[in-house]
Amino acid sequence: MKLKKGDRISPLVKNLPPSGIRKFFDLVANTKGVISLGVGEPDFVTPWHIREACFYSLEQGYTMYTSNWGMPELRKEISNFLYKRYNLEYNPDNEIIVTVGASEAVDLALRTIITPGDEVLIPEPSYVSYKPCAVLAGAKPVVVQTSYKDEFKLKEEELNKKINSKTKALVLCYPNNPTGAIMEKKDLEGIARTAVKNDLIVISDEIYSELTYNGNHVSIASFPRMRDRTIVINGFSKAWAMTGWRIGFAAGPRDIIEAMVKIHQYTILCAPVMSQMAALEALRNGGEEVEKMVKQYNQRRRFVVSKLREMGLECFEPKGAFYVFPSIKITGMTSESFAEELLKQEKVAVVPGTAFGESGEGHIRISYAASLKNLTKALDRMAYFIENLTKNKMVMDKVMES
Amino acid sequence: MRKEILELLETDSKLTPYQIATMLGIDKSKVEKEIEAMEEEGIILQYSTLINWEKAGVEQVSALIDVKVTPQRGVGFDDIAERIYRFPEVRSVMLMSGSYDLSVEVTGRNIKEVAQFVSQKLATLEHVQSTMTHFVLKRYKQQGVILENKEKDRRQVISP
Repeated sequence: MKLKKGDRISPLVKNLPPSGIRKFFDLVANTKGVISLGVGEPDFVTPWHIREACFYSLEQGYTMYTSNWGMPELRKEISNFLYKRYNLEYNPDNEIIVTVGASEAVDLALRTIITPGDEVLIPEPSYVSYKPCAVLAGAKPVVVQTSYKDEFKLKEEELNKKINSKTKALVLCYPNNPTGAIMEKKDLEGIARTAVKNDLIVISDEIYSELTYNGNHVSIASFPRMRDRTIVINGFSKAWAMTGWRIGFAAGPRDIIEAMVKIHQYTILCAPVMSQMAALEALRNGGEEVEKMVKQYNQRRRFVVSKLREMGLECFEPKGAFYVFPSIKITGMTSESFAEELLKQEKVAVVPGTAFGESGEGHIRISYAASLKNLTKALDRMAYFIENLTKNKMVMDKVMES
Repeated sequence: MRKEILELLETDSKLTPYQIATMLGIDKSKVEKEIEAMEEEGIILQYSTLINWEKAGVEQVSALIDVKVTPQRGVGFDDIAERIYRFPEVRSVMLMSGSYDLSVEVTGRNIKEVAQFVSQKLATLEHVQSTMTHFVLKRYKQQGVILENKEKDRRQVISP
């Protein structure tokens, strides 16, 4: 008997909700003359010396498979990097795996540790991939809300409310996309304590770790008794502006990384060698360029926050990544209609907060990975938009009164 | 803080003290004061614009001239350098290490104008031993800016 078309797709996949960003993307793509502050990747092109190193490697004939784990030289540099920057010690021989972007590492980590029925805690608002990856791995994703009043930091009390006997893991992403929140040492202490007490594995996506503006990033893996239960995920996309190269890595206890390599060797084999060569150059000689980019992000960050506050929007100071997550509640609009109207009337694209979970309602995500010129123009348009909104609202309120 | 203000102004001299202040997270009045002081001290010399003259359709020829000179007792190269940089045709003068002494950039409306300047004014100066003129054929990058930048924003308009 022939299957009906709808039945060819696994229910697991069929029931995955479509990405909240997709619909908005189509809307933006069909509007002309848009300035987009909705881009989740650096506006810088990969530094020239990194691109140049990749050309050279191709000329030298580096076009083959590498070790499943990734090139030994690269793993060694990654190990050095983690030690120097975050005081984490991992053996390059068996505790580090090079992956196709941090995204693959998230997928591998979840598939490696999940037994169907396990629950995985995901703080929201959050990057869009964790929930679907957890579902595909057979887990039940459980959302932990974070809120504006806590500057979108994960709170121990909130976390504890969601833990039960089935809870297996916690996904952390700080510095955070979409809020720009960070977790400082004192914020992480309680989370680490909870993880140890409840025997949780922590998947810590630290892809924005180099983009912090108020002291260095702290990894939860550096806390006592956490190293053995944490999978640290990082990559080259954000700090070195290498999104399209699809190159990242995971570091963790040997048993887990070995198990991740097992899946990786059957599904991916190895990360592309040219990207690995570029990553090697990035780690060896890329520090100065990263510093320059971070400096610029920081200047734009201050500029954007002050502009938003001038418009009367509430906005906590984001200390990491390249996002600002202001509240638009004073307009009385939902995130989605705000973003749609702003696009239609002023041709400025931002992402509605709800694309990152329900707790994003009342907020929009603004990316300052855009030139100062475009930021200025876009924020001027947005100020005009909000001014009109509040004027109209005042008129409406008067009409209602009389 | 001065260095940070200067770095911003070097890439965009149109930035207002207010913009600079927000970007650096300091007071506007502080920025204004520093800028004024730096203008007075001769640290900030000019707020200029980088122009692609070729694209603007203006005929212009530039040459880099290697000049060998005899240094003078007491003043070294400074005296002769000053005699050269006072000519308005001269865009820049630098003392160099290596096989010649002064590198002089000269611009004119055409080759003849530059050639005349070199042969009549520059080469005939007392203490100038020899000159070697190199005409600029094409400019690719100037003051750290690529003149015809082919890189554009190729990113997707929205991404998570």
